[in-house]
Amino acid sequence: MNLITPDLGLLFWQFVVFLLLVFLLAKFAWKPILGGLREREESIESALRQADQAKLEMQALKAGNEKLLAEARQERDRILHEATSISNQLIETAKQKATDEGARLIMQAREAIQNEKNAALAEVKNTAAQLSIDIAERILRRELTDSAAQKQLVTDYLQEVKLN
Amino acid sequence: MKRFLLLFFWILTLPVFAQEHHGDVPSTSATQVEATEEGEFKPGEMILHHVADAHEWHFATIGHSHITLPLPVIAYQSGKGLSVFSSSKLAHGQTYDGLKLEHEKLEAEDGSKVYDFSITKNVASMLLSAVILIVVFFAVASGYQKNRGKAPSGIQSFFEPIIAFIRDDVAKINIGPKYERYLPYLLTLFFFIWFNNLLGLLPGAANLTGNISITFLLALFTLLITIFSGNKNYWGHIFATPGVPTWLLPIMIPVELIGIITKPFSLMVRLFANITAGHIIVLSFISLIFIFKSVAVSPLGVGFALFINVLEMLVALLQAYLFTLLSAMYIGGAVEEHHHDNDLGFGGDHTHNPESAAAPH
Repeated sequence: MNLITPDLGLLFWQFVVFLLLVFLLAKFAWKPILGGLREREESIESALRQADQAKLEMQALKAGNEKLLAEARQERDRILHEATSISNQLIETAKQKATDEGARLIMQAREAIQNEKNAALAEVKNTAAQLSIDIAERILRRELTDSAAQKQLVTDYLQEVKLN
Repeated sequence: MKRFLLLFFWILTLPVFAQEHHGDVPSTSATQVEATEEGEFKPGEMILHHVADAHEWHFATIGHSHITLPLPVIAYQSGKGLSVFSSSKLAHGQTYDGLKLEHEKLEAEDGSKVYDFSITKNVASMLLSAVILIVVFFAVASGYQKNRGKAPSGIQSFFEPIIAFIRDDVAKINIGPKYERYLPYLLTLFFFIWFNNLLGLLPGAANLTGNISITFLLALFTLLITIFSGNKNYWGHIFATPGVPTWLLPIMIPVELIGIITKPFSLMVRLFANITAGHIIVLSFISLIFIFKSVAVSPLGVGFALFINVLEMLVALLQAYLFTLLSAMYIGGAVEEHHHDNDLGFGGDHTHNPESAAAPH
């Protein structure tokens, strides 16, 4: 039956045509097609990978930002705290200084008053002494002449003193 | 839609009229149109004649005029050399240059041996399909130049998933890391078979993939690729199947060697039988009309023929896929590096292949 007997001519042409077809399609069709497919698959894959990486980077950036923010907040708190303590300390020192100065001034004034008092007392003593000496001198001088006069003198002097 | 269907029905009936008849050679001139007038209509002869190769491309017969495309006859005779002439010179049993057609076989009048290299209907159809394949896939390839780094468009986006499917689900899975070397062959094989299967379904077209020469050569290519890419592991399985006692080897080696041949043999027969059977069924249903000589049978005959024809479009794709898949599996078996214990006798064991389950006819 010629349905199942291979035919030489057909085999020959099939051999030539099919090999030629494989060669031509492989060179001018399959190569660019498969190359293009692979290229696109690679580009899609790399795009996906880049997107993933960008996401990670975004997350890292966000985390970094938050860390920075937290640090800044901490720094602010610290600075505020420091400022408060410094101001408190300043106030404290100023108060202390004022108190000290006041105390010193009071002491000084007291000392000055004491000195003045002492000087005044010394002067009173001196004056009293001078007066006593003067009176004594005059008494002595009068005694030399008359005793009545001496008495009179003492009385006069005493009166004078009282007038003072 | 209705008019389209009517047209389609009309086209479907064309192969019947497109029946060849060389009126003066009675044994091969079984055509129903004339046969009904001149004598008995022989559906068997008509069908076999239709699925076979021919030296001229006969499209239709309207009344008594044939619409045929004469094809070149190229014959070689030792001592006489090449003779090239048009097949129209041999029509109706005529003799030309000492050659004549006997049952579509070129024979010399003096009985000497003739080597027939004619561009027959099948060769012409194959050249046409080659041109179509080249035009289509060059267009697809140019799409990749044009749409570089962009989404595919037009014909490119139609064929891209199919090409990717053959690459990923046929070649890569079955062959493994070395698949790229065999991919051009597998892709060409798939699209060659598919396109020719579909072309064969057209009215008046040649039955190329249902021709044993074509499937024989395609199977031979797969066999040669398998044999030449077989590695140590593959040949080790055939000549010293692991786990088989030495005294069994004299039996096992011939079995394995037969296994090498049976695999491509099954490829050859499966494609040939599936496509030829499809054509025979379509023609048989249409022959019913002429057997019963009644118009009343025609809706039934045409309806069934239409159903089978649509089914054949599915079979066209399925058989192309199967041929490619099994070729990839055989090549994969030859280049496989690792040895799995449950793969013992891979060469001869057909029970786990999809072929037995997947062949529809």
